[in-house]
Amino acid sequence: MTSLLEPGAAAGPRTGRPRRRRVGTGSRRGVPLPLLLPGLVALAFLLLPLVALLIRAPWGSLPGQLSSTEVWQALQLSLVSATAATAVSLVLGVPLAWLLARTDFPGRGFVRALVTLPLVLPPVVGGVALLLALGRNGVIGTWLDSWFGITLPFTTTGVVIAESFVAMPFLVISVEGTLRAADPRFEEAATTLGASRFTAFRRVTLPLIAPGIAAGSVLAWARALGEFGATITFAGNFPGRTQTMPLAVYLALQNDPEAAISLSLVLLVVSIAVLAALRDRWMTGA
Amino acid sequence: MTRSVRRTRRMLQLAGAGAAALMALSACSSSSDSAKSTDTSASSGASNAQKLSGTVTVFAAASLKESFTTLQQEFEKQHPGTKVTFNFGGSDTLAASITGGAPADVFAAASPKTMKIVTDKKDAVGTPATFVRNQLEIATVPGNPHKVASLNDLTKSGLKVVLCDKTVPCGAAAQKVLDAGHLKLTPASYEQDVKSALNKVELKEADAAIVYKTDVHAAGDKVQGVEFPESAKAVNDYPITLLKNAPNAEAAKAFIAFVQSPEGQKVLSQAGFLKP
Repeated sequence: MTSLLEPGAAAGPRTGRPRRRRVGTGSRRGVPLPLLLPGLVALAFLLLPLVALLIRAPWGSLPGQLSSTEVWQALQLSLVSATAATAVSLVLGVPLAWLLARTDFPGRGFVRALVTLPLVLPPVVGGVALLLALGRNGVIGTWLDSWFGITLPFTTTGVVIAESFVAMPFLVISVEGTLRAADPRFEEAATTLGASRFTAFRRVTLPLIAPGIAAGSVLAWARALGEFGATITFAGNFPGRTQTMPLAVYLALQNDPEAAISLSLVLLVVSIAVLAALRDRWMTGA
Repeated sequence: MTRSVRRTRRMLQLAGAGAAALMALSACSSSSDSAKSTDTSASSGASNAQKLSGTVTVFAAASLKESFTTLQQEFEKQHPGTKVTFNFGGSDTLAASITGGAPADVFAAASPKTMKIVTDKKDAVGTPATFVRNQLEIATVPGNPHKVASLNDLTKSGLKVVLCDKTVPCGAAAQKVLDAGHLKLTPASYEQDVKSALNKVELKEADAAIVYKTDVHAAGDKVQGVEFPESAKAVNDYPITLLKNAPNAEAAKAFIAFVQSPEGQKVLSQAGFLKP
């Protein structure tokens, strides 16, 4: 998530964009103390809790705890639902990003702000809002229930919906940024050569912005994997059906802190793996 | 693309990411900035006549929310200059915060088991006193359309029932009554505390939940209560105690005494609690 803070993180290919002047490289000797100290404190603050997790982990009983079926159920459900949420975000979010970047309609700025709302909203609030909209008794949920017999709360589909709700904005922002940085003239050229706008999108734009889509997908996937508030509020907690890893961690903490630490460790490892996969893109500093 | 557009985009990204980071932070800081009590009155050795002041920080089980809020108003009226602040939550979570060093004066738990977490760590003063007891009740949607009349009815197929997770007191109690009745119940969800179980019924997402009598009472006409005889097998004792590192021990003692006084007990029994 923090990678969004990096300048140009979501910018994708830099066609048509002036190269930024490098500032400060080579001035490493003169690090001012007022910057160095807080910087190091910040580093310690961010890393220490994670180190503590490693120190306090019950390494001896770890294999036993991680081999319990509930843990595997939760991990499996987490991975499957986060992937499904990413797929939903891709199918719906990429077109939305395209609309925001390539078309002009009144109130577009406002819509863009709205799209990012789930980023700012506390996830629990998102869960409540989802319940009120898609719950069995919700604004739309009532109809889903009485017409199709579909109820979403307490189902794995509900988990995917909750995760998509919080994760999709990451993808949309990332893809939209890439689209804006990409040169629209390639598409225009394709259309003047006879391609329809959709074909141009499929054959020209998509390959052009693929790195941005990949980055957005990973962000969305990571966010979905860590989702807690909206999931527990909207989808509830049932082992094997709606109990994802973060829920399992939270509830394990109530009476078995060691188990909670072990579960947290698994999530930490998965997160590190995601970062490692992203290293090429963000950590090498382009 | 103009320069300003790009800048707005960057700002938006920054704002989004910053907000996400803030969110993550605020999720773990919900309690505990409440204990800046001005501890002026402690240790002067005087008794009742002494004027109480400062803030009393009470960590209390979520199920005590309504009645303790009423007691707070009464207490503050009787002792001008005092202020009672609460941290309501799952008893286990509260116990974990207390043993983790949260600055609290009083702990009121929904079960002896969660109180034991605190007493085991020697964070309590003296022996905790049971001040009320609570019994389970079935909460159904108003009008009880599925005609739930007994615990057995909850096992009917097609009925969406939510329970508290077994890790929290209400869930442990529910499991106890189900076991006692040799009933097998597959709920739609194991909720993280009693209030969220009740909420699912209030929102009509679930047809029924096993919660405390007091919660049904507090929900008013948003749910309908169904009593069941097996609930007598899992009555929860609520212990209360003064905490060792209480910043405002004198006022805290007075608050505990007030909870146990006939006046306090009246408020609690009106909320549906049983006498200890």
